Amino acid sequence: MSTETVWSGTAKERLGAADLPEHTGRAASDTSDVVQLITASGTRIDDPQYSPWVADVTSEQLLSLFEDMVVVRRIDTEATALQRQGQLGLWPPLLGQEAAQVGSARALRDDDFVFSTYRENAVAYCRGVAPTDLMRVWRGTAASGWNPYDVGMATPQVIIGAQTLHAVGYGLGLQNDGVDSAVVSYFGDGATSQGDVSEALVFAATYRTPVVFFCQNNQWAISEPVTLQAQRAIADRAPGFGIPAVRVDGNDVLGVLAVTRVALERARRGEGPTFIEAVTYRMGPHTTADDPTRYRDPDELTLWAAKDPIDRLAELLRASGDLTSERERAVGESADRVAAEVRAGCMGLADPEPLAVFDHVYAEPHSGLAAQRDAYERYLAMFEAPAS
Amino acid sequence: MTTLTMAKAINAGLKQAMTDDDRVVLMGEDIGTLGGVYRVTDGLQREFGQRRVMDTPLAESGILGAAVGLAYRGYRPVCEIQFDGFIYPAFDQIVSQVARMHSRTAGNVRMPITIRVPFGGGIGSAEHHSDSPEAYFAHAAGLRVVAVSTPQDAFTVIRQATASDDPVLYFEPKRRYHVKGEVDTDAALSAATPMDRARVVVPGTDVTLVAYGPMVATACDAAIAASDEGVSIEVVDLRSLSPIDVDTLVASVARTRRLVVAHEAAQSGGLGAEVAALVTERCFDTLAHAPVRVTGFDIPYPVAKLEMQHVPDLDRILDGVDRALGRANSLTGVVA
Repeated sequence: MSTETVWSGTAKERLGAADLPEHTGRAASDTSDVVQLITASGTRIDDPQYSPWVADVTSEQLLSLFEDMVVVRRIDTEATALQRQGQLGLWPPLLGQEAAQVGSARALRDDDFVFSTYRENAVAYCRGVAPTDLMRVWRGTAASGWNPYDVGMATPQVIIGAQTLHAVGYGLGLQNDGVDSAVVSYFGDGATSQGDVSEALVFAATYRTPVVFFCQNNQWAISEPVTLQAQRAIADRAPGFGIPAVRVDGNDVLGVLAVTRVALERARRGEGPTFIEAVTYRMGPHTTADDPTRYRDPDELTLWAAKDPIDRLAELLRASGDLTSERERAVGESADRVAAEVRAGCMGLADPEPLAVFDHVYAEPHSGLAAQRDAYERYLAMFEAPAS
Repeated sequence: MTTLTMAKAINAGLKQAMTDDDRVVLMGEDIGTLGGVYRVTDGLQREFGQRRVMDTPLAESGILGAAVGLAYRGYRPVCEIQFDGFIYPAFDQIVSQVARMHSRTAGNVRMPITIRVPFGGGIGSAEHHSDSPEAYFAHAAGLRVVAVSTPQDAFTVIRQATASDDPVLYFEPKRRYHVKGEVDTDAALSAATPMDRARVVVPGTDVTLVAYGPMVATACDAAIAASDEGVSIEVVDLRSLSPIDVDTLVASVARTRRLVVAHEAAQSGGLGAEVAALVTERCFDTLAHAPVRVTGFDIPYPVAKLEMQHVPDLDRILDGVDRALGRANSLTGVVA
């Protein structure tokens, strides 16, 4: 037996670090491969691979994508104001991510299903969630704003990355059911550091589940820049799991629509999961409780403001003559109407009854909880005015 | 009636559940081709196919997270956690997702997920292969927790668990897997004792001894040994750890006026504390002696050659019974 290390100075000299293979993949800052169909200045450009996937999109459909983006930004502004006025406990703004969310959500069919984070309010809006229902969770009147089965979208997830596994499981169910529906899981750049996301990629690749992994790389996880999560392009992780990946300009609604359509088509054909990295930017704080001036360079905001998703589509539609000043005014008025609905709806949300804390904890009777409920009901009854 | 080991009884129960409902799917590591490291799922993949009996990647959080999605889609997954000590990577999915989804969605989304966990010690295995994590889950709102003790119960309760619309942690006493017992596989499920009820398995008059899972057999042995000394122990198989069937416990203690609780898990924050508190709240004036806990120690599960110092055996239980009866015991000093 020997405890001597089998290693020598000579060997060290022969095998320098430089002889190890370079790690592959692109630097996160290298955006040369990012799919883009509308430039930041609003020019439509041709991409031989992806343009055909949106060749059918009419001017009227483009206008409706524009309107959705304007409306969700207006909802976002209104909700932020409601939080500042004490009407919401918290709000996670999506400012800057409208194209990534609307472009992907509008690619979905009714029978598809979405598992998202708390920031996908535009996705929820496109799935048909009533604007007032978006407020319930943040006003603290309900743990879910809607019935997931009514709109094909799960209750947004707060635990980072956990929902990617739920999407894979739902996809397994779709496979068992023999249907060609697909499931989309939204998550952020921060989530890619979570084990659950890696496990979801493994499961999805193994079983070839019909899942679209839609990562909005908005560059920030609260105060942590994406460089703290990833040294190479996030999309480059997926091929290591055996999952094809594509990077898209997340502020280009048409580009996002195109790549999502491709991914959904792969899912429907039984070709398995696809990973999409939508390169975008969180223009606002993480939530209304956050102060990005403590960690973010204002120059970065200026840089990304010039790539605004709504401005570029407006430019394109104005240049084509489709977005007239009357139409633009009508879109603005429509957004204001939704905002007014959000405000009135939010203020009208009643507080739940005290004993509702015991509701739905179990689907079937639970004697322990029933005893606690009974005791608390008696306790509350002490405060009721005696009958006269 | 047929004679089955506990492992075979669970297997038969799973097979029946899968036959009764084609939305029941099994997931876990090595459960398909191999039939599970304890062979509990032996032959089921051959019978029901790879879609209903899935060998999964080695990722416990992945298994439970995928089960959540399957349940969302209307399936009734039965997840096997290979060993009790391997459940912790799945803890977040279990307590943050499985347990809360029904509540979160105001009852719109159900989580009829059964999580099978071989638990307890006594098999002389390596680290993390023997553990008693049940209290963590009994503490989590939204979960039901059961522990089976006989082949008949194992067969019946696994069917009840898969039929339940709530998530169920189903703890299997691994050192009893090969113990045989009579199982009536034809009895109607509707006629069976509900899975959330405790059961008096040995009637007695002097002291109530509450146990669950692997400790039930030890408790029954203790009752036989005590009867030689003229002490009549009533053994109650707790069966359900969430909810706890307080009424059955209270009815027993009302007769015996003394309570001993035994489990393998560590003492602090354990089920013994909860049982003692629940009974004391209801029976304070009836109790002739403070409740006594006989449990594993607050230590990491010991190495194989020391594990029987940790796992309560017949003599430690009888010592606890002596304490509850106010007889000479290890704490008072035994009079020679």
